[in-house]
Amino acid sequence: MHALIQGLILGVLTAGVYALMASGQTLIFGIMKVVNLAQGAFVILSAYLSFQLFTSFGIDPFLAIPITTVIMFAIGVVIQLVFIRPLRREDRAELGLLVTFAVALLIEGIMTVSWNTSIRSVNTGYANSSWTVFGYQITLVRLWAFLLSVGVIGLLFLLLNRTRFGRAIRATVQNPESARLLGVEAEWVSALGFGLGAATAAAAGSVYGLLYPFNSGSHYDLISRLLSIVVLGGLGSIGGAIVGALIVSTSVAVVASTISPTWSEMTFFIILLLVLLVRPRGLFGVAARGAI
Amino acid sequence: MRGASAARGVAFFGLLACLPAFNLAHWVLNMLVFTLMYAVMSSAWNLVGGFAGYPSLGHAAFFGLGAYAVALWFQHHSIHSGYEPFWMLPLVGLLGAAVGLPIAAIAMRTRADVFAIVTITLLFVAQTLAFNLRSITEGAQGLAIGPAPFAVRTFERPFYYVLLGLLAVTMGLTFASMRSKIGLSLASVRGDEDKARGIGVRVTGVKLLAFSVSVGLTAMVGGIWAYYEGFIYPQFAIDPLITIAIVLMTFLGGRATLWGPILGALVLEIAQQWFAYSFGGSKFYLIAYALVFLVVMLLLPRGIVPSIEDWMRRRRRRQSVDAVEPTLAASRSLAKGSV
Repeated sequence: MHALIQGLILGVLTAGVYALMASGQTLIFGIMKVVNLAQGAFVILSAYLSFQLFTSFGIDPFLAIPITTVIMFAIGVVIQLVFIRPLRREDRAELGLLVTFAVALLIEGIMTVSWNTSIRSVNTGYANSSWTVFGYQITLVRLWAFLLSVGVIGLLFLLLNRTRFGRAIRATVQNPESARLLGVEAEWVSALGFGLGAATAAAAGSVYGLLYPFNSGSHYDLISRLLSIVVLGGLGSIGGAIVGALIVSTSVAVVASTISPTWSEMTFFIILLLVLLVRPRGLFGVAARGAI
Repeated sequence: MRGASAARGVAFFGLLACLPAFNLAHWVLNMLVFTLMYAVMSSAWNLVGGFAGYPSLGHAAFFGLGAYAVALWFQHHSIHSGYEPFWMLPLVGLLGAAVGLPIAAIAMRTRADVFAIVTITLLFVAQTLAFNLRSITEGAQGLAIGPAPFAVRTFERPFYYVLLGLLAVTMGLTFASMRSKIGLSLASVRGDEDKARGIGVRVTGVKLLAFSVSVGLTAMVGGIWAYYEGFIYPQFAIDPLITIAIVLMTFLGGRATLWGPILGALVLEIAQQWFAYSFGGSKFYLIAYALVFLVVMLLLPRGIVPSIEDWMRRRRRRQSVDAVEPTLAASRSLAKGSV
C-alpha cells in the first residue's frame, strides 16, 4: 500500500513535465497535422543547453528556461520553414512524419558530436533534498518541476485563449480553409506554432535534465512515451495530452514501485493498445476537425 | 509488357547469381550481402508501407524478433552442416507473422499517422524488452551463435544465395499482388479506405495479409543477419536506423513500385558504406545520413522510379500522338491506385 501511494505521488509529479512536452507535440499536430517525431530530440537538446549554461556560467536550470525557450523557439521556426513547409499539402502528413524523424536523427548526430555520448546530469545544490510527509518522500526538484510545468501549461492556455495569435491558431486547428479566408496567414501560424511546440519542449527539457540523467540517445525513450501519451489523449487535444500524461506516468510509476521496473517500460504500450482497441481515436480525439 | 518485365527479372537475377563467381573481394561480397538484406526488407516494407499506404516504423522490431529467434534456438541446438539456420527460416517467418498479426489487428484500426506512432512505440518497447529480459536475452551482453562452418574463401556465398532466393520470393509476391485483386484492394485502401470498404473491398483482411507477410519476411532477414554476424546485441538487432534505412530506400526508389525499393537499396547501401568508410571514426555519420534523408524527402518526394516513368511517358507521348496511349497510361495509373 505504501509502495502504491508512493508510486502515485511520484507519477503525478512526473506527469507535469510529460504533459508539458506532450502539449507542444499535440499543438503541432493540431495546427499542421504533422506528427513531430523530433519532439523528444528538442527536449534533450534543451536539456543539453541548460546543462551547458549550468556548467559554464552557473545559471540554474530553472532560471535558464527563458533562454532555452527562446533558442528552441527560433530553432523550431527554422525547421518548419526549411523542412516542413516545402512538403506538398496532400502528402504532408506522411512525409512530415519521416522528415521530423530525420530531423530527430540530425539533432541526435549534432548532440553526439558536441557533447559525445557519455551520460550527463545536472547536479544543483538542491538536487537531492526532499521532504517526508506522512512517511512519503517528496523530492523537492520534482515538486518544483511539477509546479513549473503547471505554470507553463497555464501560460500556454492564456496564450491560446486570450491573444490574437492564439485565436489564429485555434481557428487554423478548427478549419484551416475558413481561417485562411478570414485573413489568417496559415503559413506563418504554422511556423510560429511549430516554434511554440519546440518552446514547450525546451521548458520541459531544462527540467528533464534535473530529473533524469540523459545522453544523445535518450530522445528515443522519450519519444515513444510522448507519442503514447499524445495518442492516448487523442491527437490534437491539449486537455487530452494532460490526461494522457497523468495516466501514463502514474501507471508507469505504480508498476515500477509495486511490481518491477522491468515491466514498467511496457506498461504504457499495453495501455495504448487497450485504448486503441476500444477507441481508435484516443480518449479525447475528434474524428476529423479538432479544437484545442 | 509481360514479356519485357519477365526478361528484366531474369536478367537481374541472372546477373546477381553470377556475381560471386567473379572472385570478388570479401568487402564487396559483404556489401552485396547487406544490400540484398536491405533490398528484401525494403521490398517487404513496400507491401504495407507502399501499396497499402500504412507507413510502419516498427519493422526493425520484427527484424530483431527473427534475429533473437535464431540466436536463441541455436543456444540449445548445435550447428553441424551449417545450413540448419537456413532451414529454420520459414518457421522464423511464420513466427514474425504470428506476432505481427494481433498487433496489426489493433494498430490498423487507426489511420496512417497513428499507425506509424503505434508501430514506432512497438519498436522501442521491443528494444527495452531485449535489454531487460535478461533471463532470456542476456540483456546488453548479447547472444552468440556458433560460427558458421563455411570455408573462409567462400564464406559469404551461402548467405548471398539464400538472400537472393528470398529477394526473388519477395519480388515474386509483390509482382503477383500487383497483377491480382490483392494489389487493387491495397491500392483502394491507400486511395480511400472508407470508400473501398463501402463498395465491398475486404479492407481489414487485405491489410492484415500485407502486414503479416511483410513482417514475416523482415523477421527472416533478421534471422539470416544474426547467423551472418555470429553475435547479436539489443541495440543493433532492434535499431531505429534499420527502420529508417528501409523506409528511406523505399521512398528514394519509389513507393508502390516493383523495382523502386531494390533500386533504393542499391543506391543507399553503397552510399551508407561510403559514409561509414569516410566518417566511420567520427560521429558525423549520423548527421550525413540524416541530411541525405532530408534531401531525398524534399527533392524527390515521389521517388526515382515514378519520376523516370513520368518522364518517359511524357517523352513517348510527345513523339507520337497516339489515341491509344493516353487510355493505356490512364488505366495503368488507375491500376497503381494513383486515383
